[in-house]
Amino acid sequence: MNRPRLQSWIVMGLASLYFLVPLIATFEFSLRLKRGEYSFEAYRIVFADARFQESFLFSASLAVATIVLLTLLVVPTAYWVQLRLPKLRPLVEFITLLPLVIPAIVLVFGYLNLYSSASWLPLTATPMATNILLTCGYCTLALPYMYRSVDTGLRAIDVRTLTEAAESLGAGWATILFRVILPNLTSAILSGAFLTFAVVIGEFTIASLLNRPAFGPYLQLVGANRAYEPAALAIIAFLVTWACMGLIQLIGAARTRAMTAPVEIP
Amino acid sequence: MTDSRTKERRLAGGASAHWLGVAPFFIFAFLFLIAPTMYLLIGAFQDSAGQFTLKNFYDLSQPSIVAAYKISIQISVTSAALGALFGFFIAHAIVSGAMPGWVRAFVTTFSGVASNFAGIPLAFAFLATLGRLGLVTVLLRDLFGISLYGTGFNLLSFWGLTLTYLYFQIPLMVLILTPALDGLKKEWREASAILGASTRQYWTMIALPILWPSILGAAILLFANAFGAIATAYALTGSSLNIITILLYAQIRGDVLHNPNLGYALALGMVAITSASNFAYLWLRARADRWVKA
Repeated sequence: MNRPRLQSWIVMGLASLYFLVPLIATFEFSLRLKRGEYSFEAYRIVFADARFQESFLFSASLAVATIVLLTLLVVPTAYWVQLRLPKLRPLVEFITLLPLVIPAIVLVFGYLNLYSSASWLPLTATPMATNILLTCGYCTLALPYMYRSVDTGLRAIDVRTLTEAAESLGAGWATILFRVILPNLTSAILSGAFLTFAVVIGEFTIASLLNRPAFGPYLQLVGANRAYEPAALAIIAFLVTWACMGLIQLIGAARTRAMTAPVEIP
Repeated sequence: MTDSRTKERRLAGGASAHWLGVAPFFIFAFLFLIAPTMYLLIGAFQDSAGQFTLKNFYDLSQPSIVAAYKISIQISVTSAALGALFGFFIAHAIVSGAMPGWVRAFVTTFSGVASNFAGIPLAFAFLATLGRLGLVTVLLRDLFGISLYGTGFNLLSFWGLTLTYLYFQIPLMVLILTPALDGLKKEWREASAILGASTRQYWTMIALPILWPSILGAAILLFANAFGAIATAYALTGSSLNIITILLYAQIRGDVLHNPNLGYALALGMVAITSASNFAYLWLRARADRWVKA
């Protein structure tokens, strides 16, 4: 039984080499800005850069707007499909998979033509309108992940009983949705939300083609003009992604614990 | 009886309200997913005067466009195949390699991070590693006297980009394949061993025939993942590597093909390729699920 174990360790060793060396190299590179010594100078320059702060804040705000809009779109839809319109499930699932079929660059190409300033809905005419269009674009990118997360969450709770109990107490649909269903889906929505954040924060294609000052285009600009700062930015981006994934795991673990916890009898 | 009938009546009475509940979703999907794609679809079949034509698709056969499709497909196929292969070995090691529990937990978390660590930061990381001044390039030169770029290697090339793409392709494969490998029942292996099968026979005659739809399906997903990617390639190579997404980016920015309708056909060609690969994926998924349920 020792041979498979040895093979596994060899595989793991090679994988660690491939996956960790670029991280180590990037970190080392990011420290080399000052000649002859290691320093965090590149990080200091990046954090002091007004455009870093502005673009990161811009993308973070868009990510939050995306999460809110997407939650409002996905939760009622998944709820209604689960409870009242099960016939629509295949169609809704097909639509939520479309963003995996249509590349982002193709979508934004369509947006630029369809919503040009001369069109019936000139969403590219003003910066604010373009921000809205960008948010909607990000919603489509994150739609597959958010829908799946919410759908899994809905299957785990007894939607029908909760709804009927709320109805018999006289609750309207808004109360049912926002005060009964939504609180039960918090962990599912949060998992989807952090994944959405990780996807949106560094997104380049749509933001760049819509000419918005987001974090992705800023990264590209720094990469084209500077030597050591890009490495520092890569490390920062990696840590942000890691934080998002770590939070998803924490939420998942808490949810499992809550579900399998023994009921305490006083 | 009475109870279910009142419920039915109530549900029937509220039918229009139910449609109202899903209406925002369908309006959103129409505005931001379907209509933009339809616009390109219609435009691809029109000439500059708005008349129906198939000429745009014929024009896709010009050498620069064919070359761009070809190199995109080559990079996507190679990174998907290698990603699937290495991803399989890693997934297999953590599922049945008698590893400590923390190894699996760590690999799963890391895979989640690395499969999302794409785009521009990934290009920066590989430039810092294998660029002309990257750590590995410098160490190979100073410690072993090997000139990496002297051997013909270039990060800004087909293999350089493929090597970079593997950084998110392999983890994605690990994430998709781990559940499938978990589905291989221990009893199958024990039963085959009792009947005198070797490890090799177990893999070629039992495990792989069950797993291949999952592996191939995941590889197809990896293909589509690489095919639509642009940010990493753009930050890594600028516009020096002529892949299809970079060509389309240049077309959107400045009509480099001098024909907007040809640009629509170019985009539609991409959708056709990703659609075909996704349908193949769904078909294989259906085949793979037959075994998981059993």
